Amino acid sequence: MRVRVDSSKCQGHNRCYALAPELFDVDDLGNASELNDGVVPAGLEDKARLAAANCPEFAIIIEE
Amino acid sequence: MTSVYGPVADWQSDFDHADPEYNRNIHAIWEDLKAAGCPIARTERYGGAWLPLTHEMVHEIAYDTDHFTSRTVVVGQIKPHEVDHLPEFASPPAPIGGAPPITSDPPFHQHARRLLLPAFAPKKIDPLRPEIERMCNELIDKMGDKDAVDAAVEYSQHIPVMIIAHMLGLPLEDADRFRSWVHLVLESVNAPREEREGRFHEFNEYLETHIRDHIENPREDLINDLLNAELMGTKLTSEMVGGMVTLILIAGIDTTWSGIGNSIWHLATNAVDRRRLAANPDMIPVAVEEFLRAYAPVTMARLVTEDHEFHGVQMKQHDWVLLPFPAANRDPEQFENPTEVVIDREVNRHSAFGLGIHRCIGSNLARLEMNVAVKVFLERFPDFELVTDEETVWSTGQVRGPRRLPVRVLSRR
Repeated sequence: MRVRVDSSKCQGHNRCYALAPELFDVDDLGNASELNDGVVPAGLEDKARLAAANCPEFAIIIEE
Repeated sequence: MTSVYGPVADWQSDFDHADPEYNRNIHAIWEDLKAAGCPIARTERYGGAWLPLTHEMVHEIAYDTDHFTSRTVVVGQIKPHEVDHLPEFASPPAPIGGAPPITSDPPFHQHARRLLLPAFAPKKIDPLRPEIERMCNELIDKMGDKDAVDAAVEYSQHIPVMIIAHMLGLPLEDADRFRSWVHLVLESVNAPREEREGRFHEFNEYLETHIRDHIENPREDLINDLLNAELMGTKLTSEMVGGMVTLILIAGIDTTWSGIGNSIWHLATNAVDRRRLAANPDMIPVAVEEFLRAYAPVTMARLVTEDHEFHGVQMKQHDWVLLPFPAANRDPEQFENPTEVVIDREVNRHSAFGLGIHRCIGSNLARLEMNVAVKVFLERFPDFELVTDEETVWSTGQVRGPRRLPVRVLSRR
């Protein structure tokens, strides 16, 4: 599984970083980005889905 | 202060979001409007305003900065274009507005926003946790061993103002004045104009005095940072710093105070959720998101830039449009069982902090304050209940939360 943040949609709500800091980071301006090229380590798939399901801007894309 | 508009005749064609009845019965009013096939209400008050109720409409308006300007985000009796020729009342025109970046449109908006964002980034905000926790405990210590406490007056209203005053570098002794100005700007929008104008003058003078003092005596705080910041290659004018400070002071206080109050109100009226959270504090962060969804405090406003049709209604240039994020958060198209408060809701794309380019800059701070305030309240008062509905007093206007919230303490630590 991979995750990707669509930076044209991200507005810095920081939900992904709060819910899955193993998968996402945020910069000083609140913009989120995926860690580890977006590769989701085994066992963290649910966290990835949770992050996507809580993004108000629909900015997180999951590729399975 | 009394309203200049009088009682509401009906909520479809004569709504008044600043009528005390609105915030008190907000959910029933929306349900009635939707059941009557009215997804967008209208009023001729305030010179004409719209109230869309679906997530789709709120989302569309928040993203459409061409048709909807942010020049003024609080609905008032006077529209900015009506006073542009009067120097004592005129506010900076779009795309800047009087309190950037909340009153700004693209392309200026993002330049102003970038000046404020770093101070509110998660990694800057997270370290405040122990200080907020200490403050919350201190407020509860002060309550002594009374049977009933006011969770709004003795608790939630103090937490955000302490942090914001400290960040800006304004004296905490002035907290009561800050709250009275917040009331002026947001709550008394339908009060007679002559009652309001003198108070605005007092607020502006206060800010000017403190900004001047910061120029003469530099120190480490956000006002100082803004005075030294550059925007598109030039230093900010003290008027623009004043506008930004106004934004942070007004937006940073009663919004979070309402968010904390709404959370405690829910727990005071729901024994199952209260006991569940008291026994499982690890659930608080997810529960807080649900309180934010179901009781989102903030409704924003926009002004229509040109006549156009919107979902079957004819919007006119200079019409107000309210952006009720709390109504969007209860749209069945977007949320399963939207009227039910599910404290472990997993899928929760709520828009309590707005949508699009104006996402609340202080959202990380607000979330931290709400999480800590709820956690400490439940730690110290594992069981409590609402004294009575009648004694709960709700705010009026675009920010909704309890201003008086007496709760009976059933157990304490």
